Amino acid sequence: MERPEIPPGPKRRDFIKKSCAVLIGAVTGIVPAISGLLVFLDPLRRKVRDNDAVLIASLSSLPVDGVPRKFTVVADHTDAWNRMPHVPIGAVYLRRIGEKQIQAFNVICPHAGCFVDYDLSKKSYHCPCHLSSFAVDGKIADPKSPSPRGLDELEVEIRSDNEIWVKFQNFRAGGKEKIPV
Amino acid sequence: MHRLLNWLDRRTGFRRIIEYSLYENIPGGARWRYVWGSTLVFCLVIQVLTGLVLWMCYNPSSQTAWESVYYIQNEMTGGWLLRGIHHFTASVMNVLLVLHLMQVVIDGAYRAPREINFWFGLGLLQLVLALSLTGYLLPWDQKGYWATKVATNIMGIVPAIGPALQRLVIGGPDYGHHTLSRFFALHAGVLPACVLALLVWHIFLFRRHGITAKDPKRKPDEYFWPDQVLNDAVACLAVLATVMFLVLRPWLFSTGGDLGAELAAPADPSETYSAARPEWYFLFLFEFLKFFPGGTEIWGAIIIPGFTMFIIFLMPIIGRWKLGHRFNVGLSCSLLGGILFLTFLALTKDRRDPAYKTAVEEARRSAERVKTLARAKGIPREGAVTLLRNDPLTQGPKLFAKNCSSCHRYDRHDGTGNIPSTTHEVERGQALADIAKRYQMTEESFIKLNNLKAGQVIAGQKLRVHDLPSASDLKGFASRDWLAGLLDPSRIDGFHYFGGTKFKDGKMARFVKKDVAGFSAEQKAQLQKLIAALSAEAGLKSQQATDQRDTAMIAEGKTLIANEAMRCTECHQFQKPDEDATAPDLTGYGSREWLVAFISNPTHTRFFGKRNDRMPAFAEDKILDNHAISLLADWLRGDWYEPDR
Repeated sequence: MERPEIPPGPKRRDFIKKSCAVLIGAVTGIVPAISGLLVFLDPLRRKVRDNDAVLIASLSSLPVDGVPRKFTVVADHTDAWNRMPHVPIGAVYLRRIGEKQIQAFNVICPHAGCFVDYDLSKKSYHCPCHLSSFAVDGKIADPKSPSPRGLDELEVEIRSDNEIWVKFQNFRAGGKEKIPV
Repeated sequence: MHRLLNWLDRRTGFRRIIEYSLYENIPGGARWRYVWGSTLVFCLVIQVLTGLVLWMCYNPSSQTAWESVYYIQNEMTGGWLLRGIHHFTASVMNVLLVLHLMQVVIDGAYRAPREINFWFGLGLLQLVLALSLTGYLLPWDQKGYWATKVATNIMGIVPAIGPALQRLVIGGPDYGHHTLSRFFALHAGVLPACVLALLVWHIFLFRRHGITAKDPKRKPDEYFWPDQVLNDAVACLAVLATVMFLVLRPWLFSTGGDLGAELAAPADPSETYSAARPEWYFLFLFEFLKFFPGGTEIWGAIIIPGFTMFIIFLMPIIGRWKLGHRFNVGLSCSLLGGILFLTFLALTKDRRDPAYKTAVEEARRSAERVKTLARAKGIPREGAVTLLRNDPLTQGPKLFAKNCSSCHRYDRHDGTGNIPSTTHEVERGQALADIAKRYQMTEESFIKLNNLKAGQVIAGQKLRVHDLPSASDLKGFASRDWLAGLLDPSRIDGFHYFGGTKFKDGKMARFVKKDVAGFSAEQKAQLQKLIAALSAEAGLKSQQATDQRDTAMIAEGKTLIANEAMRCTECHQFQKPDEDATAPDLTGYGSREWLVAFISNPTHTRFFGKRNDRMPAFAEDKILDNHAISLLADWLRGDWYEPDR
């Protein structure tokens, strides 16, 4: 396309006009853009919730031989605007390592976040997604396992002699460090 | 840098695109009257950008739509600003569309060869109106819900296809999840896609035909850049300033309320919403419809607006003749005048209508209340509407007004602030003051209620008067003050207590008027203790602190209730079963359990038994369910959630 022939105006006046046009254009664009950006980035400002310990099971429900059992974690849960009392929020493996000593693992694989199964015959945990495997004590079983760390152990407390309370947390997947999310 | 740009240009041809956009010839130079199109494109860009981010946070279903908008508005950083900009830009866009259309008509920019582009413009106008309409429903609040219901019901009166069309739009026979899904798909998908397609074509044709220069040309021809761009940028800045002013208005004028767009209480098909109005730019249609009596709505809603649109559609053809063009300009101006007049009429009528004002105030209170509850308790999965349905402060007054206020009062009104009224025919020789006194009104309120200018009444005249209560006033029921009034010889047979009931001359009234009136100073002191003890039985929230402070006095008072000297237990039972009791049980008097049981069945032997006056057994007679009775009891006891100040 050819520009139509129009004699250009005085250069200095043109420069001021051009600068003003660009400046005003930028201001008008930036206000809605900022409002959108603030909301878009809102998830970055959400804090990690520090869960309280919740009652998972009774000590007597665990076998003495140290075989893990899976339990659902039921607690109060907030999902954006919804506040829901007493709903399932995850699951844990519990195993007895002494008469009054319990080990608790989050069922989520630290590699990429799949749900880990316990294989009774192999006596180890297996991730169905990328085949990470973990020994019964949660450590990495196979050096070729893609998971960067063992299963995430959770804080356990025995209350009233028979109640197992666990501080349930999820952790960031994919790294050697155990960082709560 | 230059090399990089050359590299990019060879592959994308961006320089040519920029040149094409910026070096458009403007015959006669840049002018302010050419800015409207650009401001509309600017608005559309804002709507698309803000709309996309809103989309990331919005959840279209009847249990989550209001909730997600509440979350955007109140919890997310900058959410109020984003929503405010989106909402008010829509308003401004409708104004700009009209201005753009007026400019095109006045300048005759629809003439050949620009007819088709004019029609594209009309198409865009319709699409933007449809976007406004669909967007209004998405927050699923009372305001949007009821206003949109009107719009879709009007759609249903279209001959032949109306009912089917209505079903298709709302996704079923009635409003629900699918209405929101469909409206959202229309609002965020179908309509914007149509707008985009038409707009690209609209601008392409505009560039093809060039600008319609306004004669006489004041200056030599110029390029679009920089003069006209500067004009356009300044106009866009003015648009943005207007939008920001509207968003920040509550803050600028310290009027309170939401910054940005309003969010009414969640939609509830079981709650009336008398404040329902369409968004202001549809008010003229709303007002116009009022002129058409039942059965002829189709004229006001479809035929006349449709015919008007058809005439506007024909404008390029009519405008071929000089006279035709003048007709077009005249018609556009009269239509605009008519729209402005109808809008003004609608607004003025509402401003003068006290019922509408009350409705708006009530709507504001509900909206405020549900937000307070949502903030404090979070929103249950069933949706925020249940917060209001289970809230004694919201439901109590309505239940009281509907079920109790035909006899009882609450602080002299019906619970919602209205004083029930009735008609009185003026008798011969009756003065204004007599009538006012008889109905327990002040002369001023009587004059005001009847709008009596002269301040005089004539025999035979029918006037409004406050209906006298025929049962006790329950504000502060079972509180120390309330009981002190009941046990006051000068007040027990007044309208506040037993005055309107058959107990006016009953045993209790006689006892208070005779025995209590003759109490010695010591007995009077004992009576105070007794009142404190009886009131403590209720465990009222408002008396928690005083009840705690006066434990010793309350303990003493309890023994006094049971003491023969005070004679309570001659008729009432207290703390131990008494088969001979003929008056209401004083054990747990006014407590939640007591009150629920009482409302459920006052004829139970625990209460009035056969001596019950006229009070219905609300549960036994299936007038109210347990949930409603509990809400009523909680409200009467002043037991509802209040945020800490």
